[in-house]
Amino acid sequence: MQTARYEAPSTLSDAVRLAASEPMAKFFAGGTDLLVQVKGGVLDPTLYIDLKRIPGLVGIALNAEGLRLGAATPAAVICEHAEVKKLWPGFVEAAHLIGSTQIQGRGSVGGNLCNSSPAADSVCGLIVNQAVCVIAGAKGERNVPVEQFCTGPGKNVLQPGELLAALKLPRPAPRTADAYLRLIPRTEMDIAVVGAGVSLTLDASGTCTVARVAIGAVAPTALRVPAAEAALLGSKVDEAALARAAQAASDAAKPIDDKRGSAAYRKKVVGVLVRRASAIAAERARTR
Amino acid sequence: MSRLHVETTVNGEAAEFLCEAQENLLTALRDRLGLTGSKEGCGTGDCGACSVLLDGRLVPSCLVLAAEARDRQVTTIEGVAEGGKLHVLQQKFLEHAALQCGICTPGFIVAAKALLDRNPDPSEEEVRYWLAGNLCRCTGYDKIIRAVLDSAAELRKEIA
Repeated sequence: MQTARYEAPSTLSDAVRLAASEPMAKFFAGGTDLLVQVKGGVLDPTLYIDLKRIPGLVGIALNAEGLRLGAATPAAVICEHAEVKKLWPGFVEAAHLIGSTQIQGRGSVGGNLCNSSPAADSVCGLIVNQAVCVIAGAKGERNVPVEQFCTGPGKNVLQPGELLAALKLPRPAPRTADAYLRLIPRTEMDIAVVGAGVSLTLDASGTCTVARVAIGAVAPTALRVPAAEAALLGSKVDEAALARAAQAASDAAKPIDDKRGSAAYRKKVVGVLVRRASAIAAERARTR
Repeated sequence: MSRLHVETTVNGEAAEFLCEAQENLLTALRDRLGLTGSKEGCGTGDCGACSVLLDGRLVPSCLVLAAEARDRQVTTIEGVAEGGKLHVLQQKFLEHAALQCGICTPGFIVAAKALLDRNPDPSEEEVRYWLAGNLCRCTGYDKIIRAVLDSAAELRKEIA
């Protein structure tokens, strides 16, 4: 391990400037991925740029338009926010599945996204809620939909020197609700074998007018499944529509065989989870 | 490269130390400040043995950089007992024999206290989920869970 520096800038522009000055710099939020990679010898930063003293990087701002989530906000802070939990129950359930109580006290949803694991629990929930990344860099800010953020396992659209500053979620329309389910072989403390996030909007008669479905851990990145959405749209989210959505998700999945599960098993299970998550989202939407 | 000078508060008292930039808080607590109650099990945030509170938030101190502690409040297992009097959780861990080798115990007690401070009447299921990130390789978990639930009942009695 080489000698390193630690800086905790108080502005985004200082953070960006620091990163530009040091090619082996790493932005640092909760550290639950970064410090594990350093310990494992995968990374050896020469500069840790702690983002948590920058106003707006930690914290939740909720207004009429929606949510602005500081990228370094610990998952635990999100899970304790009653209003956020009410508006985006599925997204909050996903954040609550990331590691232990201790990990949730450190790890952030922004970090979960930047780590860009295809199995990251929060990413499906962000995608189906149309979350947008606010990315800061030397040339200012740019917005990228979360759906387009990850480009492969561990890879994303961040350019050298850029950092994820915030995530923005538009306020859900009336009778809209989300749900997230994952499969792990234990009850806690594991990485998703398969994950599925769904957000549905129903009209007053219970017909689905907007559907968004995303699946995780079954492709190099989390995937939107337009065919599953089409199966739910215009339906009452009945058994037949759920079965078609499930089949569409299984067809869209491109999983690998690994120690967590075989490709065939993942393809089957992703359909089951999409069906169940869709039913939960519809039930929640009906009561809003 | 010169070391960093960090001024912080540990268990309510001002503390300062010199550390390397990439040094974690657990190492600083143990090796710089002599607070060896927090243990290193895995060093990767999986086992909970190094649990501390940072500004009241339960965290794995192995995944906190020591330099981050500047101007923050750190609470460790050494801050749980009041003077010479054991905290109810510590007493109940003894009564229920909720430990064997003891390496995981400080982390369990710090984590359980964080739970009871925010939820004085947790269900068994809530206790088990809250403590899922604290691993014990000796006793199994039943005695630990019973000690925590009994502590909660005792603390509720004290308040009533």
